[in-house]
Amino acid sequence: MIKREWRHFKRNRDLFVMSLPAIVYKMLLSYLPMLGLVIAFKQYRYDLGVFGSEWVGLKNFEFFFRSDTAFIVTRNTILYNLSFIVLTMVIALTLAILLNEVSRKWIKLHQTVLFLPYFLSWVVVGYVVLAFLDHKSGFINVTLGMFGEGAIKWYEQAKYWPVIIVITQLWKAVGFSTLIYYAGLLGIDSSYYEAAKIDGANKWQMVRKITIPLLTPLIVILFIVDVGKIFRADFGLFYFIPNDSSFLYGTTDVIDTYVYRSLRVVGDIGMSTAIGFYQSVVGFVLVLLANWIVKKINEDNALW
Amino acid sequence: MPTSQVAINKKTANRFIESKQSRWSSRIINLFFCLLSILFIIPLLLVISISFTDEKTLLQSGYQLIPEKFSLAAYSLIFDSPGVLLNAYGITILVTVIGTVIGLFLTSLTAYTISRKDYRYRKIMTFFVFFTTLFSGGLVPFYIMVTQYLHLKDTIGALIVPYLLSPFFILVMKGFMDKIPLEVIESAKMDGASEWRIFFTMVIPLSLPAMVTIGLFISFQYWNDWWLGLLFIDNQNLIPLQLMLYRVMSTIEYLSNNLSSVNVSIDMTQFPSLSTRMAMAVLAAGPMMLVFPFFQKYFISGLTVGSVKG
Repeated sequence: MIKREWRHFKRNRDLFVMSLPAIVYKMLLSYLPMLGLVIAFKQYRYDLGVFGSEWVGLKNFEFFFRSDTAFIVTRNTILYNLSFIVLTMVIALTLAILLNEVSRKWIKLHQTVLFLPYFLSWVVVGYVVLAFLDHKSGFINVTLGMFGEGAIKWYEQAKYWPVIIVITQLWKAVGFSTLIYYAGLLGIDSSYYEAAKIDGANKWQMVRKITIPLLTPLIVILFIVDVGKIFRADFGLFYFIPNDSSFLYGTTDVIDTYVYRSLRVVGDIGMSTAIGFYQSVVGFVLVLLANWIVKKINEDNALW
Repeated sequence: MPTSQVAINKKTANRFIESKQSRWSSRIINLFFCLLSILFIIPLLLVISISFTDEKTLLQSGYQLIPEKFSLAAYSLIFDSPGVLLNAYGITILVTVIGTVIGLFLTSLTAYTISRKDYRYRKIMTFFVFFTTLFSGGLVPFYIMVTQYLHLKDTIGALIVPYLLSPFFILVMKGFMDKIPLEVIESAKMDGASEWRIFFTMVIPLSLPAMVTIGLFISFQYWNDWWLGLLFIDNQNLIPLQLMLYRVMSTIEYLSNNLSSVNVSIDMTQFPSLSTRMAMAVLAAGPMMLVFPFFQKYFISGLTVGSVKG
């Protein structure tokens, strides 16, 4: 038995050696830190280390969940991510299908332009948003002034931010998703469309009966992956775009910015870990759930 | 008129109407995309335009899409004392080059092994890599690992190591490599080629579009990073470009908020803070924005998201 396994191993040795760097890397940066989750149940002290510190049970969790912040940041994180998932999918899919109708020589230009914001860092995007929303000289307030409207202090008014955040996110990311769908769309065998054309199908029917069904596996993969990240917010978006303005925390603070502040500003390591734990567990359960549902509907589309 | 001919006429008429319709719809779609592209590019043009506008004009009439009074003052101010900027550029370029070379190598190597259908440990390896996207220790244990155990705080390593191997890039690369037929590899093996030789002389050249695409993505990730800097870098000499940009934003705000209250006799209108700020953003984003269109053509063929299933 062992001998047979050893023989198998020898045959696969070279490929195993090739995957060894990834194994070591993931071990060090992903799997060993998972052990660090025990800090969530401890009173962490630097001098005693991860395993030497004292156990405190669920105190760290209690502290977080008792606060009003727990509800606000969780709500914000989920609602923003949900709207990103739905809007990005609908808009990107529509754009990809429409892009397929644009004449070849123009596609490249649109592709480049729509994709460009994706390659800007959140810091730079923060500057772009500032150019629009600056109190005194921002483009929007200047424009409002031309119509005789008073200037709005954007960085102090929490109520506007859900819209601002969603628009910013879409501007930055929708081009990337569009391109992924478009690449998938180009992979579809053109003979399907030719056959449909002979049968007298119109464009809309072809989209509904050919394009969407054949893209479904891709849509589902991206969807399940997104669902798993629903408890993790894009830190850069929520930190740099509102410029860490405390006036706006009510509508812009998410779990990740809260964890960062309690780690780097307050220095509460136990609670930050506890919140991270909560993010991981709930995210994991959601992925399992999403995959299970997809599997119930259609076995082939499930992630595993 | 015989009925068949009527039918034919009707058919041509229909086709005529249909092609006319589709011409119209394609025109509308084209127009729609042109408008969309303009909408997407305006924010960038605004930033560039502000950086080229005279400071006094900015203070008087605010940010505008077309500079009322053109000025290079912001850029000449930055280039007068380029030390800090050049240092940040240096750090970012170093990190980007090293990170991209090592990262691309490791990503393609890993993707290749899990794309090989005859690799015995393929399934478990795939699980091992992708499980990390589903479950993680979170920020704090990661932070402690990097600072306390790997001792990377305030080193160049802290800016490189955490981004070397991303499951998503492995997924894209594997999706591409799945299309390389196993027979090709097997026949090379028959000829006595080793696995490494196959990888370097066959797989990498065959995966060129994916290599370029992923390589560019990795380099953008390094170029645009502020997160690792924010977490791990306190040493002023190791601050990467994006983090410096962030510091500039808060510092200028700090300066302009405090100078007036301290009543120092500096005329703020002489200090081009608004335009300088935007000029810094242009300089930080610029190089990559110029590089990216040249590699565009590889993207469509390189960006195939395959399935995670083995």
